[in-house]
Amino acid sequence: MPDWFRRRSTHNDPGSKTSGPSPETPVTSNGLPDAAAAVPEGAFTKCQKCNAILYTKDFERDLKVCSKCGHHHRISADERIEYTVDEGSFSEINADLIAVDPLSFPEYAEKLAKGRKVSKHADSLLTGTAAIGGQPCVLAVADFAFMGGSMGSVFGEKFARATDHAIQEKLPLIVFCASGGARMQEGLFSLMQMAKTSAAVAQLAESAVPYVVVLTDPTTGGAFASFASLGDVIFSEPGAYVAFAGTRVAQQAAQNKNLPTNYQLAEFQQEHGMVDKIVPRRELSITLARTLTFFGVGSKSAAADQAGTEAATPGSQISPNQNGTQ
Amino acid sequence: MSRINVLEFEKLVAELDDTIAKAKQAATRENRNVLADVTELEEERNQLLRDFFVGLTPWDEVLLARHASRPYTLDYVPLITEDFLEVHGDRLFGDDGALIGGFAQMGGQPTLLIGQQKGRDLKERQKRNFGYVRPEGYRKALRLMQMSSKFRRPIVTLVDTPGADPNVASEERGISESIARNLREMSVLSSPIVSVVIGEGGSGGALGIAVADRVLMLEHSIYSVIAPEGCASILWRDPTRGADAAKAMRVTAQDALSLGLIDEVIPEPLGGAHRDLETTAAAIKEAVTRHVRELNTLSVAKLRTLRYEKLRALGRFSEGLDTTE
Repeated sequence: MPDWFRRRSTHNDPGSKTSGPSPETPVTSNGLPDAAAAVPEGAFTKCQKCNAILYTKDFERDLKVCSKCGHHHRISADERIEYTVDEGSFSEINADLIAVDPLSFPEYAEKLAKGRKVSKHADSLLTGTAAIGGQPCVLAVADFAFMGGSMGSVFGEKFARATDHAIQEKLPLIVFCASGGARMQEGLFSLMQMAKTSAAVAQLAESAVPYVVVLTDPTTGGAFASFASLGDVIFSEPGAYVAFAGTRVAQQAAQNKNLPTNYQLAEFQQEHGMVDKIVPRRELSITLARTLTFFGVGSKSAAADQAGTEAATPGSQISPNQNGTQ
Repeated sequence: MSRINVLEFEKLVAELDDTIAKAKQAATRENRNVLADVTELEEERNQLLRDFFVGLTPWDEVLLARHASRPYTLDYVPLITEDFLEVHGDRLFGDDGALIGGFAQMGGQPTLLIGQQKGRDLKERQKRNFGYVRPEGYRKALRLMQMSSKFRRPIVTLVDTPGADPNVASEERGISESIARNLREMSVLSSPIVSVVIGEGGSGGALGIAVADRVLMLEHSIYSVIAPEGCASILWRDPTRGADAAKAMRVTAQDALSLGLIDEVIPEPLGGAHRDLETTAAAIKEAVTRHVRELNTLSVAKLRTLRYEKLRALGRFSEGLDTTE
């Protein structure tokens, strides 16, 4: 079994999260030459937006959201699942779909190998079943670390099979998008995944299966112009780059124009009616649970819902009107 | 690699065309029979064209698809329909000049005709937004297609766009949503849908009116997930390597056919569609009406099932562990 295919053990040991800033951090150093060596690897994390220096343990406890400026850092599909679903509830399906190189495109094989190594997964979309706040659902999570979350044939097929599963089991489908769009190394096959995923969404609608999309940084191009814009409900993380045009095209288009400061961000899309609600990361789990409750699909136990949700999202508080209300 | 591209080659052909025209004029003026000379010249020119077109590169196909004289949707309309009544507007915001739609008679069959439209001169290009379709265009198309679906009128779409409009106003009005909605809704329409790529099949902007039961391409059209220059720019940081990208991405009609992604390639006259509009239009009409006739024999349920199966089959992957890794 290739190592990228092996189920990754959870890299963030939940038990260690409670400790916070710990005695082994270098503040106790008294100037000895080897004091720096005593700093554990990665004890600090610099916010990619405001450059604040954060304790890595705090940063991870905060679900990789900067405590100073609120910047939501990109996270892996595994982290997304860990942060969102009831502990231990995720069960992957269709893990053994593997990209081929249908056009023998230059350097595609190398990029696939690198993506597998970095993401520890076979391709850029992870699908499975899970529970959120005790409510079962089908989950599809794009992994930006794998070739920018790009949509190749495997992405499209796994997405479509996830819709099949949702229809068969009468479970809602929740999709986390983090994708730069089409995977040009698969040429026209890649473009056609836009049609394939969107047609699969139409089948969900015909079977009255709820479809919830969460846009995360980034959601652009072919992803935003297909399945990611078709949710019955569309949530987004704050500050996510969400747009049709990628940065380069946007920069060209933006020449000689006065653009709003939030142009191409989730907030811009919300202003223009494309996003239902901007939801901070730590409130996503409870928000999804409340949404699933509205649709009334899957098992229901109000008490279990509350308990399960609280447990699944450390530090989350129910504050329905806090965010995204204008 | 010293081979000249198709546009440079055409300059040589233009000289021959000119000579032939002059010879014909002279013959008429002097009431002299130079038919033999002209025939010989024409044969020489055609042989030149045949020899060159046999070895067209993918980049040549890109240049032909974007050729300044290439016929656009409205050039074909009078030739492929017996009647066409254009209608306008998306009922939401406006009317997009880059996408036209209306009621057509095609081979005696009432048909909805949708087409992307580029402009020939500067004024027309501005009106047509250089063929970059805005949200209003996709929404107009969907409005007309859903209406036609209600009455089971076949839908024919002609695809010719560099892409969807990426500008601020289009982002504000949800260009992504407008394309995505078309992709979803076209997959469940009750009417037969036949799409023909007549020039540039530019990415999602093209696909937004090309989710169909049958997808056809003119011989010298292209269909591409991203413009070759854009691909080269991203992959190699060098937009001038469009020719390499066009080859790598397999953007030609023949490529799309051999990859199983389209149903038929409609042959063009020697030298390309712009050298003989009437013949090209006749070939389009023949192919489109044939496919519509076939699709008209299917029940709505069967049609929709087959369409979804076709869409689901798009893509190549392997299942199970690849032991060669």
